[in-house]
Amino acid sequence: MGKIELKQVTKRFGDAEVIPPLDLTIHDGEFTVFVGPSGCGKSTLLRLIAGLEDITSGHIEIDGKDATTLVPAKRGLAMVFQSYALYPHMSVRKNIAFPLKMAKMDLAEIDRRVEGAASVLNLTAYLDRRPGQLSGGQRQRVAIGRAIVREPSAFLFDEPLSNLDAALRVGMRMEISELHKKLDTTMIYVTHDQVEAMTMADKIVVLQAGVIEQVGSPLELYRAPRNTFVAGFIGSPKMNLLTGPEADKHNAHTIGIRPEHIDVVQSDGVWQGTVGVAEHLGSDTFFHIHNTGLAETLTVRAIGDISLRHGDTIHLSPRMDEFHRFDKAGLRIA
Amino acid sequence: MATKASRSAARMMMAPAVILLLGWMLIPLVLTLFFSFKKFLPLRGDRWENGLEWVGFENYVRFVSSSAFWPSVITTLIIVGGVLVITVCLGILLAMLLDQPMWGQGIVRILVIAPFFVMPTVSALVWKNMFMDANNGLFSHLWRLFGAEPVSWLSEASLPSIILIVSWQWLPFATLILLTAIQSLDSEQLEAAEMDGASPLARFGHIVLPHLSRAVTIVILIQTIFLLSVFAEIFVTTGGAFGSRTLTYLIFQRVLESQNVGLGSAGGVYAIILANIVAIFLMRIVGKNLDT
Repeated sequence: MGKIELKQVTKRFGDAEVIPPLDLTIHDGEFTVFVGPSGCGKSTLLRLIAGLEDITSGHIEIDGKDATTLVPAKRGLAMVFQSYALYPHMSVRKNIAFPLKMAKMDLAEIDRRVEGAASVLNLTAYLDRRPGQLSGGQRQRVAIGRAIVREPSAFLFDEPLSNLDAALRVGMRMEISELHKKLDTTMIYVTHDQVEAMTMADKIVVLQAGVIEQVGSPLELYRAPRNTFVAGFIGSPKMNLLTGPEADKHNAHTIGIRPEHIDVVQSDGVWQGTVGVAEHLGSDTFFHIHNTGLAETLTVRAIGDISLRHGDTIHLSPRMDEFHRFDKAGLRIA
Repeated sequence: MATKASRSAARMMMAPAVILLLGWMLIPLVLTLFFSFKKFLPLRGDRWENGLEWVGFENYVRFVSSSAFWPSVITTLIIVGGVLVITVCLGILLAMLLDQPMWGQGIVRILVIAPFFVMPTVSALVWKNMFMDANNGLFSHLWRLFGAEPVSWLSEASLPSIILIVSWQWLPFATLILLTAIQSLDSEQLEAAEMDGASPLARFGHIVLPHLSRAVTIVILIQTIFLLSVFAEIFVTTGGAFGSRTLTYLIFQRVLESQNVGLGSAGGVYAIILANIVAIFLMRIVGKNLDT
């Protein structure tokens, strides 16, 4: 229950082709994350699956049945919106019960399900409050509760954490992951934050301008990015992408090395340069290094607190087996 | 508004407006109260300079015991109620239509607002002569087209006619306020309701209407204030005949047609009381929408 297949799906708004023909299969029970920069069409893709937008051509199949022209309510999907989209004039209880009420479900069954969802989400104490009296995280949970009670075959999340502060976001991230483990239902999650994608996903779909750049598990994407876009998008801080003579040494147009794969050495490094901004996080230190003789500024991640300051000279030694090589078109060279 | 100096400066600057407004309201109110306890018939030689005779509550008793009083109160309430129902219902409908994306939206919106700019006297005259005239009105032509007997609107159906005219004038106001309210509705809420399986009618009932409740409250309160004193529309159409005499019109007749200032002033005080009763009722019924 909950396999979603997109076959040659396209979407145009007037003359603008937002999604060129696209194929994608999301397996039952999978936590899939659509990730990409803003405007890459990830939200549009989600809305196409939800049925809130009509697709221009192609087919959408849910559980093996054609759902291309089905109205949203009949697709058996539940969605959590970025703004939560709670009904402000209804209590939490009524908000959660709304989809069941619309399905004309028996009142006792509605009560049972609402209480169930509330206890799963720690909302029991708030059932009689209005959304306006809740904190951001609580509202988020109400929105999830409203989705859970329908027992959908898949959940759709549209950037659900972007309105929360950083600490709450980490907490909700874990709660959603927990929920996925507990319910074992297909989830599609849209975000522009690659950290969310890396931490939560079973499968990441990286999108750019409506085109799927790569599909894979978080570590597949981290270890073997298919092209320079994915290489630069996945991982934090960003991968260093170098061109010119340095790349020629490796027989590539572009080479990439992640900041964590460059070691700070005392002397005789491959590169040496001056420290620009140094970000001391305690557990790690991020250095931005200039004057290395390379065209690009290097970013280096060192474990622990290294007492190099702005303007100091630094010696660096990249791990040779961690280089990623890309050709002229930006594609990975195996 | 943080420091003492800025607070007192604010008070100083607000003072002229407050004093002017107080004077503007208090002086007529006090004068009305004063006259309502006096016998003041200018045509019978009563003059301010000669001193006016104090008659106690005689004017109040006479005004209420007149056979015209209760019908006028009921007429007032019918007109106010009728116009409110029509403008709010049609206003919601029109606002939802105007909210849809369409070609020529700007022009259509301006056209919808236009009736509000027409003076009450003018619009009433236009309706009376152009539409409702029993011989040459557009309605009578329409009726004849279908072989029906033309209706002489203003005498046979005077109240519905006046309600129609006044509603036409106030519909733009209601539409405008409700349109801005509809535009402020978060579209994700509607989409969420759609995903939740709500039919279009259920979406209207459960999402749109509750969202509009505050705007409807405001429309009702503001319109009631103005509708209680509707005058020009009655003056130029029926002249208060055919059961279209409202409390406001009755007061006008007492003061200007009968030249009885004292009696009219007593009526004025009743009108204030009526307005307050209506206001309290409205606040009770719809006021709860304003606190959340």
